[in-house]
Amino acid sequence: MSRIPRSLLDAAAVNRPLRGRAAIAGAATYGCGEAPGMDDMTLLARAAHAAVQDAGLTMRDIDGLATCSVNASMWTLPVIEHLGLNPTYVDGTMVGGSSFIAHLLPAVRALEAGQCNAVLVCYGSAQRSATFGRKESVAARRFLDPQPYEFPYEPVLPVTAYALAAARHMHEFGTTRAQLAEVAVAARAWAQQNPEAFARDPLTIEDVLAARPIASPLTVRDCCLVTDGGGALVLVRAERARGLPQPPVYVLGNATAIWNRQISCMPDLTTTAAVQSSAQAYAMAGLSAADMDMAQVYDAFTINTLLFLEDLGFCAKGEAGAFVQDGGIAPGGRLAVNTNGGGLSCVHPGMYGIFALIEAVRQLRGQAGQRQLARHRTAVVHGNGGTLSSQSTAVLGTSDTL
Amino acid sequence: MLAPMHLSAQTHYQAELDAGRFCIQQCPQCGQHVFTPRELCPHCGASPLRWVRAGGLGTVYSTSTIARKQDAGGDYNVALIDLDEGVRMMARVEGVAPGAVRIGQRVRAHVAQHGGRGLVLFQPAGEGGAA
Repeated sequence: MSRIPRSLLDAAAVNRPLRGRAAIAGAATYGCGEAPGMDDMTLLARAAHAAVQDAGLTMRDIDGLATCSVNASMWTLPVIEHLGLNPTYVDGTMVGGSSFIAHLLPAVRALEAGQCNAVLVCYGSAQRSATFGRKESVAARRFLDPQPYEFPYEPVLPVTAYALAAARHMHEFGTTRAQLAEVAVAARAWAQQNPEAFARDPLTIEDVLAARPIASPLTVRDCCLVTDGGGALVLVRAERARGLPQPPVYVLGNATAIWNRQISCMPDLTTTAAVQSSAQAYAMAGLSAADMDMAQVYDAFTINTLLFLEDLGFCAKGEAGAFVQDGGIAPGGRLAVNTNGGGLSCVHPGMYGIFALIEAVRQLRGQAGQRQLARHRTAVVHGNGGTLSSQSTAVLGTSDTL
Repeated sequence: MLAPMHLSAQTHYQAELDAGRFCIQQCPQCGQHVFTPRELCPHCGASPLRWVRAGGLGTVYSTSTIARKQDAGGDYNVALIDLDEGVRMMARVEGVAPGAVRIGQRVRAHVAQHGGRGLVLFQPAGEGGAA
């Protein structure tokens, strides 16, 4: 039944010319954790303002916009209105949590073509604190975006989808509950070195295993946080980035792949479309997993990290359980993964993609404080959206990698 | 004169279930079965797809026990079932405890009626899995 789709795109041929042509010149978060009294737009606007300032630019310099929202299908419109922009490049593509990473390549293309000069990629969500929060949003989407072949069976989405993937991974490869728990424990250990992280109290494998069951084999500690937060980035052409205050973080590669929406329509629960998005992103960058100093991956649930370590090429299919064991991805481990604490322990306001990018930028610049990695020239950033549905991979690098 | 009423694939699927019949689609061009119901064959692009009765036998591809408070009905099962026709669907396996459903287990479909709406459910097929 497994029917892995194929893509004919030769990303090395088509997209290599765009490698390093644009850079992230500004990055900022705002209100991560709990932001009572805030709404989505306020968080977005404050993060956007901080990112533009970080880039050494003003809001008047912004003539490109990429943003999307879980709730508002025309989100670019109120954002343009609120920020007072008149952009000549607008990308409202909404592919779930991998959005923002998926916004990179089109933005790079637009910058290279001269369609615009500075693209603001931005997001904000007050899903934890808002009156119309996560619960209301999930309930509304049942009507706005129905899944009639799944809803009658009452899967609690998205967690049930990831639980089914985890169960299958355990069945096929002998992955254990303790190995899944290692992912949450490693994320927490990183979070304890990040003052911005929301969950910083100690967490053991035993704590994860003994936590409240949600959807077997996953417990509540296998699940990402529900927080507020805003994040923003500013992209400019490489030449311009070199004249701005921050060390440029170049976009070396980016690709997006979507094979399905519903978990029941996923070709193989243990192989995600990240195999395609990462292959094309690496091909554009001319680099491979072995060249990466860090991986910032969307850990909505512990199983995600295992699947993406495999699909991004850090280990063979089925071997991620062993890869993460004994602190493999914790501080001091074999690979630095989700050094901010990830969606599991740092921040998860509905869609996490932009926060993975921002953490990579901070590490690559050498501005990550106590958790700063000694080697920080390359990063792979991976976003996931829907229920293992959309996958977007970016390869970022410092000026050393050009 | 009114235009003829068209049935969406979803409406057709549900109407068959409401009448107690579990039907899936098959492509007249490439012969592959299709689920979830839709307009075009996702494999070869042909249309229209034809409706056929599902054999009803399948294998559990993955399974999860969803935690629910006892007074709300207690824990329940959500599973992905690979039908013998080569398509996968979400469903629930009943007749055993939610946690006793196993990947690889053979299961047989039946159409349950809840408030006049048909719903495909599965139960263990037993040894041999005869139809």
